Amino acid sequence: MMVTRSYMSRREVEQQSFSLSVTIFVPLGAVLLQVLLPRVFHGLAVLDLPFIATLFFAISRRSPIAGTVTGAAIGLLQDVLTGQPIGVNGMAKSVIGYAGASLGSRIDVENTKTRALLTFGFSLVQSVLLYLIERRLLGIRAFHLLWLHELLRAAANTAVALPVCLLLDRAKHQE
Amino acid sequence: MGHPTWGRVHWGRFWCNVCRPMDFLTQYKNALFLIAILLAQAIALAVQVRSPLDPAQPDGPSVRLIRMWAMTAVTPVERVTHAIGSGAGHGWSDYIDLRHVRQQNKDLQQQIARMRIEDAAIAEDALQGRRLQAMLGFRESYVGSTVAAEVIGASGSEQTRVLTIDKGSRDGLRPDMAVITQDGVVGKLRDVFPTTSQVLEINDQSSGAGVVLATTRIRAILRGTLGGRVQIGNLTADSRIQPGEQVLTSGGDQVYPRGLPVGVVESIAPDPDHQPYTAIRVRPAVDLDRVEEVLVITGTQADLTPAAQQDLAAAEAQHAADLSAERLPGIHDDETPAAAGGANGAAAATPPAANAPPVVPRPLPTLHSDRFSSGSTPPASEMTPGAASSQQPPPPQAQPQPKATK
Repeated sequence: MMVTRSYMSRREVEQQSFSLSVTIFVPLGAVLLQVLLPRVFHGLAVLDLPFIATLFFAISRRSPIAGTVTGAAIGLLQDVLTGQPIGVNGMAKSVIGYAGASLGSRIDVENTKTRALLTFGFSLVQSVLLYLIERRLLGIRAFHLLWLHELLRAAANTAVALPVCLLLDRAKHQE
Repeated sequence: MGHPTWGRVHWGRFWCNVCRPMDFLTQYKNALFLIAILLAQAIALAVQVRSPLDPAQPDGPSVRLIRMWAMTAVTPVERVTHAIGSGAGHGWSDYIDLRHVRQQNKDLQQQIARMRIEDAAIAEDALQGRRLQAMLGFRESYVGSTVAAEVIGASGSEQTRVLTIDKGSRDGLRPDMAVITQDGVVGKLRDVFPTTSQVLEINDQSSGAGVVLATTRIRAILRGTLGGRVQIGNLTADSRIQPGEQVLTSGGDQVYPRGLPVGVVESIAPDPDHQPYTAIRVRPAVDLDRVEEVLVITGTQADLTPAAQQDLAAAEAQHAADLSAERLPGIHDDETPAAAGGANGAAAATPPAANAPPVVPRPLPTLHSDRFSSGSTPPASEMTPGAASSQQPPPPQAQPQPKATK
């Protein structure tokens, strides 16, 4: 019982929230930038800014339900704009949001190294989830998982996520 | 009260809680919520991926409505961003980066000169092709009308290759219309909204087009790949297909008009996933990552447009004049200034009437006449077969002819 009480206390102390404007406009901006940046340089399509936003809000709020909702909303919006069947990114990012929030309540996510490791790992997890959804659920046989490419994507997402998260840390409200 | 443990499920407590629904829901509410969200999205996916009744509208009405709302919300931001970006780009290209304009201008003028020379020959080939097609009963579709549009957004994903353009159904666009640039095929319209449309590029994995190889005339189906490449995958190995061969639309897919450039064969290799077929990689004619302006083909027609017909007629006339200049003796080139002067010169200066009979050119008088000169041979009616001609000198007897032997 002591462990449980201690765990709950820690979670409640460290649970963080954001203002309504940040909650709405940061994910929206991430999705919009994701659509606009590859127009400038197509190589930037390797980044997944909505994924970074999903993970940041999930591990900051430390609430699995909030993480799931955030991931689903961002993923569905991404699906709508990319022309994919609605639900592909929604499902993947729902799982990322849930897992990120569950893990965020157990480890110190303020540490830069931990944050980098989480981003890198969850980026690979998302690639596997997208592969399963496209290949198994949608039956797209041509969908292959190119590991080297996915590792590069995870590294690029990590490199971008660290400064972005440091910037977004300023918008947190400690509870 | 707490979160379900990852990999450490207490099965005894789990089954105990199953017997008490409220406790079960309370303890596993997070996981149940995730499952419910995933289940709802999986059902939504299943509904979407059913075969559409109308191929022109891949999405159902509700999905299309959702996409339209999202596009309507996002489009103003995309327009503003595009306007700022293009304004800055034009400012740079129009006023600052003018270093190579003079050289480019010279190169373009040389290119125009070369193209004018080639134009006449191409026009005759086109006419010949049309005559042959008419004889064979083919009906060719020419681009009748187009709508110019600007690209204001992209999919932003490596899984899909979709562009957003600033024209929609209010401009007469409909799904499945072909989208091109002056270099070749870009793709076709996928979703058309009132003021914007989404273009499915030919290198998208769900894209396809009927093509024909320009030299070998082999028909094939071109598809996009997951990596954003374009390849032909339904042909077996054929030694006639070589890198560098041009790939054109065949018109068989009822989307792209016939004869539009698609790309060039880049490489040919066995397809490991689909033996015995080959994977023929095609380099698109259009740089699909840098498309700025496009033309949407809104209508096709069986005949050329009036402007194109005028151009073709002019090219044909020019070509005919060039041929005449090559084959007929140049009467004007040999005219001396004295012959051109006086009364003749006045007549030459006067343009012939429209109904005047054509002037038959006469050769100039010979300086040293021989038996081949004009007028030295009597008319055929006065000649007798076998008679010796007194006017013609006997043929020279260089050496005696040998007797024929049996």
